Amino acid sequence: MSIARLAAAFNCFLTHNILADRLRYMPIQTIEKFEVKFLQIINEKGEADGSLVSSFTDSDLKKFFETMILARTFNQRALSLQREGRIGTYASILGQEASQIGSALAFGGEDWLFPSFRESGVLIARGYPMWMLYRYWAGDERGMKAPPGVNIFPMSVPVGTHVPHATGAAWAMKLKGHKKAAGVYFGDGGSSKGDFHEGLNFAGVFKVPAVFLCQNNQWAISVPRKRQTAAGTIAQKAYAYGFEGVQVDGNDITAVYRATKDAVDKAKRGEGPTLIECFTYRLDDHTTSDDASRYRSKEEVEEWKGKEPLIRLRLYMEKKGVWTKDYEDAIAKKALESVDAEIKKAEGFTPPDPADIIRYTYAEPTPRQKRELKEFGWEK
Amino acid sequence: MGKVNIVAAINQALSQEMERDGDVVLLGEDVGRDGGVFRVTEGLLSKFGPDRVIDTPLSELGIIGAAIGMAAYGLKPVAEIQFMGFIYAGLEQVFSHASRIRSRSRGRYSVPMVIRTPYGIGIKPPELHSESSEALFCHMPGVKVVVPSTPYNAKGLLVSAIRDPDTVIFLEASRLYRSIKADVPDELYSIPLGKADIYQEGKDFTVVSWGTMLHRAAEAAEDFDCEIIDLMTLRPFDEEAVLNSVKKTGRLVIVHEAPRVGGFGAEIAAFAAEEAIGYLKAPVLRVAGPDAVIPMARLEDHYMPSRDRIRKAYETVMSY
Ligand SMILES: Cc1ncc(C[n+]2csc(CCOP(=O)(O)OP(=O)(O)O)c2C)c(N)n1
Ligand SMILES: [Mg+2]
Repeated sequence: MSIARLAAAFNCFLTHNILADRLRYMPIQTIEKFEVKFLQIINEKGEADGSLVSSFTDSDLKKFFETMILARTFNQRALSLQREGRIGTYASILGQEASQIGSALAFGGEDWLFPSFRESGVLIARGYPMWMLYRYWAGDERGMKAPPGVNIFPMSVPVGTHVPHATGAAWAMKLKGHKKAAGVYFGDGGSSKGDFHEGLNFAGVFKVPAVFLCQNNQWAISVPRKRQTAAGTIAQKAYAYGFEGVQVDGNDITAVYRATKDAVDKAKRGEGPTLIECFTYRLDDHTTSDDASRYRSKEEVEEWKGKEPLIRLRLYMEKKGVWTKDYEDAIAKKALESVDAEIKKAEGFTPPDPADIIRYTYAEPTPRQKRELKEFGWEK
Repeated sequence: MGKVNIVAAINQALSQEMERDGDVVLLGEDVGRDGGVFRVTEGLLSKFGPDRVIDTPLSELGIIGAAIGMAAYGLKPVAEIQFMGFIYAGLEQVFSHASRIRSRSRGRYSVPMVIRTPYGIGIKPPELHSESSEALFCHMPGVKVVVPSTPYNAKGLLVSAIRDPDTVIFLEASRLYRSIKADVPDELYSIPLGKADIYQEGKDFTVVSWGTMLHRAAEAAEDFDCEIIDLMTLRPFDEEAVLNSVKKTGRLVIVHEAPRVGGFGAEIAAFAAEEAIGYLKAPVLRVAGPDAVIPMARLEDHYMPSRDRIRKAYETVMSY
């Protein structure tokens, strides 16, 4: 090093005055903080938070109870129909009734819902005809044509990939000035998809009226929740997108309803999206083609059986004098009758027309498709 | 009527269609303030405001996925993917959803949206900015694929694409954006999808091409008496126009920029073999890119079907 450069370096040391810097105090600051709230109103013993539970009338509680019984009856019958070969592979909702029905009932009929394949309870709560669901699970795609006025998108089979659709629909509602919300259901597994990230990120940036409902049932087939993310909760991911996330006891239908209703109201006030993590449990195998005993213990399942949503609501309603054995017997009987009637309707339905394979590809069949309809003998 | 390039023609189509139909919204990366990296959407933000010309996060899946929800709800989104090579992140949304929501819901829901993206070799860019992957989309029932070749058809086809009730992939040749100027009517007009254009009439052989390659195929045809078909819509393609021409000439050459194997030329060749074998006097030939990754600038001229390679194919079919 030359003398001149040494001198220059020394000069630099003096002007930057390291001694002064040593005395300066610039503490590391916390610039963002978040906390994740957990909401429970009725615990597994049927004990309730008095002030939170007071907003529910007896008829609300009955509606919850009866819809859960109906969905459970639908589910049990679907499982037996599958065993009898009368429908195909089916994804059970056992244990998740509160997460599905509590949230679905918090939306208005004008709102749009985007379910995944394990949402029979959501659809039933929203008045989707059960016979159509049985048709669908029997492999008849006409079952996914939501009747007019039922604003439910067809179930998404590719896990988590439908999250951005709800963002887009909610965005369109906002741009058109409609006071509505879009809700989307996906699993703990689905929350690992890039689609989840992109959908929530857009929702935050454009502040759209969407409600993201993660059905954290602890398993994605054989992969436990801890393998999906190192984060402590799924709810907290919302904070990275600039909006609120909350975890609720997904087996407490009152908590699920309350959190969802608040999120829907907030969305409609123009205050943006919310992520709700419903902390629940898949009590059955992943689907009728799965054997969960290969990857999880009986003890774990038994423990969760004690927390399932009907038990606690029943206990609470009994305490309030709203539940009696006769009442439950009567609604169970009614549920079974209506489910049986729906199955009869489903099975008596005309077989699908092979031309449907082509008919719904485009608004108008292409010239090639018109020829194919004739070649295959599907249209005269 | 004024002489404009393809960038201006597309801009006109967007602008006029947005004036006509308040449900049309644009979204994509840099489409607003910057007017798009090719300036295709220039001036539209100030004209229509940030609710209709939307700069999005850098998120191809998110752009296409959100556009699906918008379209299903009742808007008519025109999504821009900055370069075709980046659409791959969003393919799942196109393949698993946009193309099949009508079918999945048995007609209850549909996805009337347009995905515009520049394709092909043309601007000496980094890797993945020169892709020609039209065949991927042509294999996917439920979407339509459109490739304009001139300012006139770019405007008219885009208007039809926006009005179409299904998802349309609209591929804009980056090489052609500013290289051709032609008369384009000032007023709004549309050119039907699914119909080819007889770019040049002739009798000795038929050339089928689209986008950038159409022009090269035409230049190479200088002293041949051939019929040149500009396919314009690849899915569904105008089978009748191809068939009539092949029946007339008895020879067929397909020219495209994309790699040969599984390229869309294969579909047209197979179609001719199935429907017109009795009329064919020569083997059907494809002039296409090699079976290789599309190279960067220094090798791209070697990659693209050259005038010589195209002429050789013309001579070969004429030698039968
Ligand atoms: C994109 C995608 N990958 C894989 C699958 C196969 N699969 C179906 S369900 C499932 C697990 C889903 O777990 P989760 O999101 O937690 O939902 P859950 O089944 O628990 O309701 C997998 C891997 C799929 N349907 N879609
Ligand atoms: Mg799960």
